[in-house]
Amino acid sequence: MPQTLYDKLWDDHVVRVDEDGIALLYIDCQLVHEVTSPQAFEGLRLEGRTPWRADSIVAVADHNVPTEPGIEEIADPTSRHQIETLDANCAEFGLLEFPMGNPRQGIVHVIGPELGVTLPGMTIVCGDSHTSTHGALATLAFGIGTSQVEHVLATQCLPVRKSENMLIRLEGTPPAGITAKDMALALIGRIGTAGGTGCAIEFSGSAVEQLSIEGRMTLCNMAIEAGARSGMVAVDDTTLAYVQDRPYAPTGNTWKDAEKQWRDLRSDSDAVYARAVVVHANELAPQVTWGTSPEMVVSIDASVPKLSDIPDPAQARDAENALDYMGLHGGEAITDLELDCVFIGSCTNARIEDLRAAADVVRGRTRAKRVRQALVVPGSGQVKAQAEAEGLDQIFVDAGFEWREPGCSMCLAMNADRLEPRERCAATSNRNFEGRQGQGGRTHLVSPAMAAAAACAGHFVDVRNYLS
Amino acid sequence: MKPFTQHRGIVAALDRANIDTDSIIPKQYLKSVARTGFGPNLFDDWRYLSPGDPQSDHSKRPLNPDFVLNQARYQNASVLLTGANFGCGSSREHAVWAFLDAGFRAIVAPTFADIFDTNAAKCGLLTVCLPDEVVRAMMDEVSATEGAQLDIDLQEQTVRTDSGETHTFDIDPQRKRCLLEGLDDIALSLQHAELIRQFEAERRTRAPWLFDRFGTRS
Ligand code: SF4
Repeated sequence: MPQTLYDKLWDDHVVRVDEDGIALLYIDCQLVHEVTSPQAFEGLRLEGRTPWRADSIVAVADHNVPTEPGIEEIADPTSRHQIETLDANCAEFGLLEFPMGNPRQGIVHVIGPELGVTLPGMTIVCGDSHTSTHGALATLAFGIGTSQVEHVLATQCLPVRKSENMLIRLEGTPPAGITAKDMALALIGRIGTAGGTGCAIEFSGSAVEQLSIEGRMTLCNMAIEAGARSGMVAVDDTTLAYVQDRPYAPTGNTWKDAEKQWRDLRSDSDAVYARAVVVHANELAPQVTWGTSPEMVVSIDASVPKLSDIPDPAQARDAENALDYMGLHGGEAITDLELDCVFIGSCTNARIEDLRAAADVVRGRTRAKRVRQALVVPGSGQVKAQAEAEGLDQIFVDAGFEWREPGCSMCLAMNADRLEPRERCAATSNRNFEGRQGQGGRTHLVSPAMAAAAACAGHFVDVRNYLS
Repeated sequence: MKPFTQHRGIVAALDRANIDTDSIIPKQYLKSVARTGFGPNLFDDWRYLSPGDPQSDHSKRPLNPDFVLNQARYQNASVLLTGANFGCGSSREHAVWAFLDAGFRAIVAPTFADIFDTNAAKCGLLTVCLPDEVVRAMMDEVSATEGAQLDIDLQEQTVRTDSGETHTFDIDPQRKRCLLEGLDDIALSLQHAELIRQFEAERRTRAPWLFDRFGTRS
């Protein structure tokens, strides 16, 4: 039977299958952060259990950490308590943690691949829906809830039913200014936020082959916004070149053995998928979301939809709620939307290539006066150091942007970085849900270059006109 | 986990699709390290007119009269009837804990997002999928009848409305068993500890680079 990449990764980790067809899946690595783990550790303690394999766990504080430079102590006592709880749990159970202030600290989905914690062929879970990001390195990675976090801590396994195989083929060479983020948004606009429910998505096609690993991570990151629990890309030379020499990657002969196994992590040419979608990346324009769901998205040269243009009554109702929340009537040109804030960051778009793309646009320009705040929040301490070595921080600061410490920041506004009610923001993150970036805040999702251009113009602009 | 066998209770209709877990329980309440106490903050941004945080006295915050769940008729609701793709977005299990804490035992919708659905099952909150048109008809019935109730029988896999219509629903047999008996599925997995150890030993031979990598104790 020909197999997909997902089939291979799955089969490789099945401990047993019960009479109902539910597999006990072995988990190679669990990533832990401060928000979704305290109750799991508490549950473990209440049952008198300890982690099954402490050497398979990496913990990091990211959601609550302040990003203003020079802060060592968190002002908000509940945030501080949550981070201290993570520190204490890691100390108690002997887990590797990158605490606040550690040079390797950062957003959990940025540091995993960057440190070589994420390696091809693994199963990875984390109490965080964007765990799908790690699939860019041909892993089976998915987000879980706190009960499942506890389950994996206690047993190294999860009882799960296999998902369906779904293929997303991105074909063609994307024009200059069109990034993985635009591809992801355009895809979600087409299949909807429930389009991948119950599926494991494999991304393939010539556009994916041309993408860097960082771009592939952006794609896989957004798989969850398409309803899929995981996204993944096959191993190729780009994958191996990325993984080699990372701090936790194998070396010497072990590397050679590993490489041999990893080369096989691709779908058989005659593999079958339950569903398949083709997107022509060469035909795409930069994407901007207008509503409160990632599927409410249009091209930069389009307008916000009018209610009268939406025939389906249920969709029209959703659109009406969204327009109302976003302070829009429908029919506005996207380029007329004026911005109060710009956020460049998150596990979707805060890696070095994202910051380079944004800096390229910003160089020689300045933040528009009407933009109250333009935040650049690197995804990790390592990304920050690299950007500073390249002088990117200076470009941003000179242009009136704020250069921050790594963390989730205004992606979900659990720390002090947040929108005021009714503020409109161009964000490189992954969710434009109501209140996501602060109660009453209005989020438009875009690529890093689009966010940078919008910060300089004060409204959305077509970044293709900004490229030299 | 509290078992779920049968339940009869007031049903509240929240007619909206794609409700995300950020809306169900906003981020500021995720700072708690407990599993309980989230009930007053279920749909916090929609429920109250003033912003709140974990330190607020929620009983003093003004309620939003336009939010359906604030209607007097729904105050003792224990079943939610709502739109498709319910619970999409963030994996936060706090969303499920908030429903349980607010007295809900079941949610009926055309479809659920994967992670929310799994989390619900692990905590004893029943999720029932019924076809679009059935949910729509129930919405109309519930909105028109104050005090409308639903009768849910998990063993029989049925939902019965006050007007006597009975709808059957599908549920994963394993999930059904765990819910009916209130089973701790960690204990179930640990029954296979020996098998897990064997698998692990083989995996260590095949992929030794995945072992002894992190942590100070093993
Ligand atoms: S950056 Fe945003 S999406 Fe990513 S892990 Fe942090 S909060 Fe979640």
